[in-house]
Amino acid sequence: MTTHRELDTTDAAAKTPDQAQPWDELGLKEHEYTRIRDILGRRPTNSELAMYSVMWSEHCSYKSSKAHLRQFGQKAPASDALLVGMGENAGVVDIGNGLAVTFKVESHNHPSYVEPYQGAATGVGGIVRDILAMGARPVAVMDPLRFGPMDADDTKRVLPGVVAGVGGYGNCLGLPNIGGEVVFDPSYAANPLVNALCVGVMRHEDIHLASASGVGNKVVLFGARTGGDGIGGASILASESFDDSKSSKRPSVQVGDPFMEKVLIECCLELFERRLVDGIQDLGAAGISCATSELASNGDGGMHVDLETVLLRDPTLTPGEILMSESQERMMGVVTPENLDAFLAVTGKWDVETAVIGEVTGTGRLVIDWHGETIVDVDPRTVAHEGPVYERPYARPAWQDELQAASPSALPRPSTGAELRDTLLRMLASPNLASKAWVTDQYDRYVLGNTVLAQPEDAGVLRLDESSGLGVAVSTDGNGRYTKLDPYTGAQLALAEAYRNVATTGARPLAVTDCLNFGSPEDPAVMWQFAEAVRGLADACQVLGTPVTGGNVSLYNQTGEAAILPTPVVGVLGVLDDVGRRIPQGFREPGQVIYLLGETGDEFGGSEWAWVTHGHLGGMPPSVDLDAERELAEILVNASRDGLVDAAHDVSDGGVAQALAEAVLRHGTGARVWVPDGVDPFVFLFSESQARAIVSVPRSEEVRFTDMCTARRFGHQRIGVVDDGGVLDVQNVLAVGVDELRNAHESTLPAVFDA
Amino acid sequence: MRIGVVTFPGSLDDRDAARAVRLAGGDAVELWHADADLHGVDAVVLPGGFSYGDYLRAGAIAGMAPVMRAVVDAARGGMPVLGICNGFQVLCETHLLPGAMIRNDRLRFVCRDQPLRVENADTAWTSAYEPGERIVVPLKNIDGCYVADERTLDQLEGEGRVAFRYDGHNPNGSLRDIAGVTNAAGNVVGLMPHPEHAVEPTVGPGSTDGLGFFTSVLETIEGMARA
Repeated sequence: MTTHRELDTTDAAAKTPDQAQPWDELGLKEHEYTRIRDILGRRPTNSELAMYSVMWSEHCSYKSSKAHLRQFGQKAPASDALLVGMGENAGVVDIGNGLAVTFKVESHNHPSYVEPYQGAATGVGGIVRDILAMGARPVAVMDPLRFGPMDADDTKRVLPGVVAGVGGYGNCLGLPNIGGEVVFDPSYAANPLVNALCVGVMRHEDIHLASASGVGNKVVLFGARTGGDGIGGASILASESFDDSKSSKRPSVQVGDPFMEKVLIECCLELFERRLVDGIQDLGAAGISCATSELASNGDGGMHVDLETVLLRDPTLTPGEILMSESQERMMGVVTPENLDAFLAVTGKWDVETAVIGEVTGTGRLVIDWHGETIVDVDPRTVAHEGPVYERPYARPAWQDELQAASPSALPRPSTGAELRDTLLRMLASPNLASKAWVTDQYDRYVLGNTVLAQPEDAGVLRLDESSGLGVAVSTDGNGRYTKLDPYTGAQLALAEAYRNVATTGARPLAVTDCLNFGSPEDPAVMWQFAEAVRGLADACQVLGTPVTGGNVSLYNQTGEAAILPTPVVGVLGVLDDVGRRIPQGFREPGQVIYLLGETGDEFGGSEWAWVTHGHLGGMPPSVDLDAERELAEILVNASRDGLVDAAHDVSDGGVAQALAEAVLRHGTGARVWVPDGVDPFVFLFSESQARAIVSVPRSEEVRFTDMCTARRFGHQRIGVVDDGGVLDVQNVLAVGVDELRNAHESTLPAVFDA
Repeated sequence: MRIGVVTFPGSLDDRDAARAVRLAGGDAVELWHADADLHGVDAVVLPGGFSYGDYLRAGAIAGMAPVMRAVVDAARGGMPVLGICNGFQVLCETHLLPGAMIRNDRLRFVCRDQPLRVENADTAWTSAYEPGERIVVPLKNIDGCYVADERTLDQLEGEGRVAFRYDGHNPNGSLRDIAGVTNAAGNVVGLMPHPEHAVEPTVGPGSTDGLGFFTSVLETIEGMARA
């Protein structure tokens, strides 16, 4: 029992300066521990040490990445749309009509490997609370996922668990899952990437920020009770919990309760609507430590907390454990005394347990008491915002030149019609290009009744305003192979693809969120990949005029010496003035003309073709032309506005062949296609040149459409006609029936995961 | 005409059901699980979701909510009641409809655009359809496998009380492909698929095949008022 142990108070700490403390077990470096002592002018109490160790961890402090991430702010393009920028729980973008959208992508990689279902589920729960904490109603989620080889035994453990967790939580929460990715690569074995994105919507005046201001205002903790789950394995509690009388081995992965979160969402939205909350913060990593120190640090005063008032699931928890617990489905609010009764009435209506745990003070200090004795007395800024920042050494790895020199140009290429046909079917059935319906059919894509487009469309599209039809499109993309070949370019290609996917639906791209998944920052080669990727992404955002609004960094995704493919996942959000104008992916109307927009070069470095048919990764990734991407987006957005195009599909992994097959499969129609004169059929079908899309144009609009492309001097080739013949017929090269295409495309995942 | 839509903690498709009511021309009235008063509505929709988390058994706790006492009484008195997905589970738990739902045969959540065959177009909620008509509405559930004993199933079929069957692919292992059933009087209908998600051409699957549920009940209420 806690009462049997000596409580480590600030007084005790001052009197026992030489007491040994387990800073190394908590992941702190010696100089970091020394700095904490310097800040406090004494040794930290056990509780303070716990707080600093978690808040100064890589995950919470961004200490290795911060120096690079600053570029997103320094190079941010001027944007009228940005209402709240980086640094808050999530960025907020103006989309017109008085509405604002907030969106963010985060990682939950490590927990999802340890416990796939709960890891993935709580990943969804965490990002949803981030969005909620901005004052927004969460309206959709997306999950970019990456796994080891599809048929590896461990993938068969991890993938179904992750998918069931994403679905189990999101479906029960009532948020449509409208997109995402599923990618396989050997480098993600033992390091799956489980990223989660959430989109929320609010009126401008409803934006809430995480700050505690106004002396005398109450600090309220509400939602689920605090339990012993999710306490970091390396935390101080490891040493405190040597006490035999305590329940031991707390799980370090959190356990989610989506029903609690659903009720919490509705409760918070009612609190916001009635203007009963002054500041709000969700509880995620580092639990109460994080929420109190961030709220106080962002505010203008200090905060006093009586920690014994926290409602507990387990009465044996120590103060340190309560501070560190990452129990899910909790929020912390700052409420004026006049509003407190009304606040409690709302939480009572929703059966959400609530405790007033403290109040805002004018001291500038965060003081936490335990039954009247002070166990924490710190300047909150030193915990939350003034942690260490490292300029980690980085260096271009010696193997980079060799990798880039290993061009795919020497690889044998299919040339006969039969070979090209086999290649098309083999690619279509390959793990990364095959249909992901096995995954996405486990997600509710319709709940809330505003889903306009969802997977497998190029981007998810949501209606946000029923009267005007105003809506948004969101896409996430990332290509680890491209990024490995050239991190600067690879990150730009991730942005370019997401940007293009959004524009393909007719939406105007506005803003960016990113989840930067890399290996260990202590490896200079990985740090170089990271630095280059950030530089590339920041530069590209500047050119495309889409600021980074927020995101997340996930480092240490590696086992031993082997890091994952460097994987920046980029989410782009765009706005559609009327979702009735959205352009879907599939060919529907026979007789419409198919155009290929953009220029096709002989580009196979990092391509799906090189990987699937030769297991080859080398050379340079496709070249980036951001001006062309911008021009293509303008064409697609204008075509949507003017009704010139009935279907559009971005050309990316797998090239034109994959894009055509998917467009035909969507409605089981057919297409007659011809290879443009002077172009090699293999290059035409499988090259991954960027800034391209295929579109189907009604004949009545063909002249207007081509005139627009010509006026913009943008490459456009008439490559075919939609028909209802049930065949993808690339004339004089290959022909495949829709049934055979469908069988190839849709059998792959079920064959492995239903086995 | 006033159609009540009940919100339990954990209801998810309540707003969608209210929107469908409005699009059909009715007035949607919010009903709260803890309030036993139906506020003078002419019909009630029990929406989809995971009421109370469905942690005990889908629909089991919602079946005991104060509002359900009023709904059960009203339904026995002839008021039209529609249960969609979790609402269907609640109707089975309260024995307004026979049978029960168990976990899908493949043990996974399934979301798909589901073809249905209208088997009974004489209920309060299906009169806008033709018998045998094929409609497509979304289906999304994990506990959607309809089961009942053989005698009950025979009786349902014998009395024409199978309201909908899955057409083609049976997505969850429901016995005799049953997607929805009605009570003997035809005022209470429950089904697993979601007609409220198929009421507008630009959202959802792009079909408006589900709107007929809501236009049907408005006609039914009008007929009841005239009678």
